[in-house]
Amino acid sequence: MAMPVVKAERCPVRSGDNVVRIRQIVRQWTVELGFSLVDQTKIVTAASEIARNTLDHGGGGEALVESLSEGGRRGLRLVFTDKGPGIENIDQALKDGFTTGGGLGLGLGGARRLSSEFSIESRTGEGTCVTLTRWK
Amino acid sequence: MKGTSSRLAEIIAKHEQDLLAQWIKEQTSAVTQRPDLMSEAELREQSRALLNGIRNAVQRGRLDDITGSEWESVRELLDEVSRGRARTGFSPTETAMFVFSLKQPLFSRLRAEIREPEALADELWTASVLLDKLGLYTTEVSQKSREEVILRQQQDMLELSTPVVELWDGVLALPLIGTLDSARTQVVMENLLQKIVQTGAGIAIVDITGVPTVDTLVAQHLLKTVAAARLMGADCIISGIRPQIAQTIVHLGVDLGTVTTKATLAAAFVVALERSGATISKGR
Repeated sequence: MAMPVVKAERCPVRSGDNVVRIRQIVRQWTVELGFSLVDQTKIVTAASEIARNTLDHGGGGEALVESLSEGGRRGLRLVFTDKGPGIENIDQALKDGFTTGGGLGLGLGGARRLSSEFSIESRTGEGTCVTLTRWK
Repeated sequence: MKGTSSRLAEIIAKHEQDLLAQWIKEQTSAVTQRPDLMSEAELREQSRALLNGIRNAVQRGRLDDITGSEWESVRELLDEVSRGRARTGFSPTETAMFVFSLKQPLFSRLRAEIREPEALADELWTASVLLDKLGLYTTEVSQKSREEVILRQQQDMLELSTPVVELWDGVLALPLIGTLDSARTQVVMENLLQKIVQTGAGIAIVDITGVPTVDTLVAQHLLKTVAAARLMGADCIISGIRPQIAQTIVHLGVDLGTVTTKATLAAAFVVALERSGATISKGR
């Protein structure tokens, strides 16, 4: 289903600075959309988690930030893509406490809980695409 | 290639003084000339040195590659010129124009000296490419020196932004501000642990009011800092947890249950004072 995209921006996810930049863009756009402070913080945090996953586990990639308007509701969608090794077992990766990188193992599951809609597509050896949306 | 290059070298060598005079005249009348930033004597000296360097290099070396050893003295000179000019306030374009402005007098000279159109075209092309490369080299140098400045400022910020302050006898506070990327967190942690040893403090308050986003990585860094401080005998209190951060941490599933947390630094300070045995009474 095609969602009416009001505006969109592509950002590279190649370094820690890029992650900071993505957080800033998401923060700025959610303010423009009139998100409450709590909703802003939730989606910014989710974006931070997934961006860092793209960087650390996917070997870097790209983020697409989209401002959506559908019917009366408005939202922000984030699509992170990488051409990394992929996730072998998505259910396991989403489980709290599961980590391969020495982190807390809460990032992916946490980001899902912080989003209104969340999906992961991944093929081993080809890459991963994580899409998350937060409606106002 | 060798035949054409010797021609250019010969022409520059033969008319060096003439070229220099015309070039300086050209520069002093150009809009990119900045008499406010640089005296004419200085300009004269830079032009003379560069033309001289180019002449020497052209006589000995290849014209299509300025990275060779024959061009080393020219590169050094351009390095010095661009850095010097950048310091006094020239823009990179103005500095590059210094090199590019040599084209006009050089091309007129070539036109006067070489009669055969094909040979002239070849020489003009060679000279043009050469001066383009030298001009772009100055731009590269200015960019590099800017990057060095940025890097240095980043280093400075690492130091600046992580002060550990003593609030009371045995009570330390670490107000964190901005992004907690791993390089900074490392500095923060070291500073705090160092200060705990120095002061023998039993309580450290880590205030995250100024941290805009607390994700799992930041939470992990905080937990590690708390654990390390505890190993050294100091208790940590995390303060400055705003409502939105609290909700987000809960959704993330991060367990801060083992750490004392407070909404404000003031509340954390009260807890710290009570724990250290002090009593607070409000004066009338």
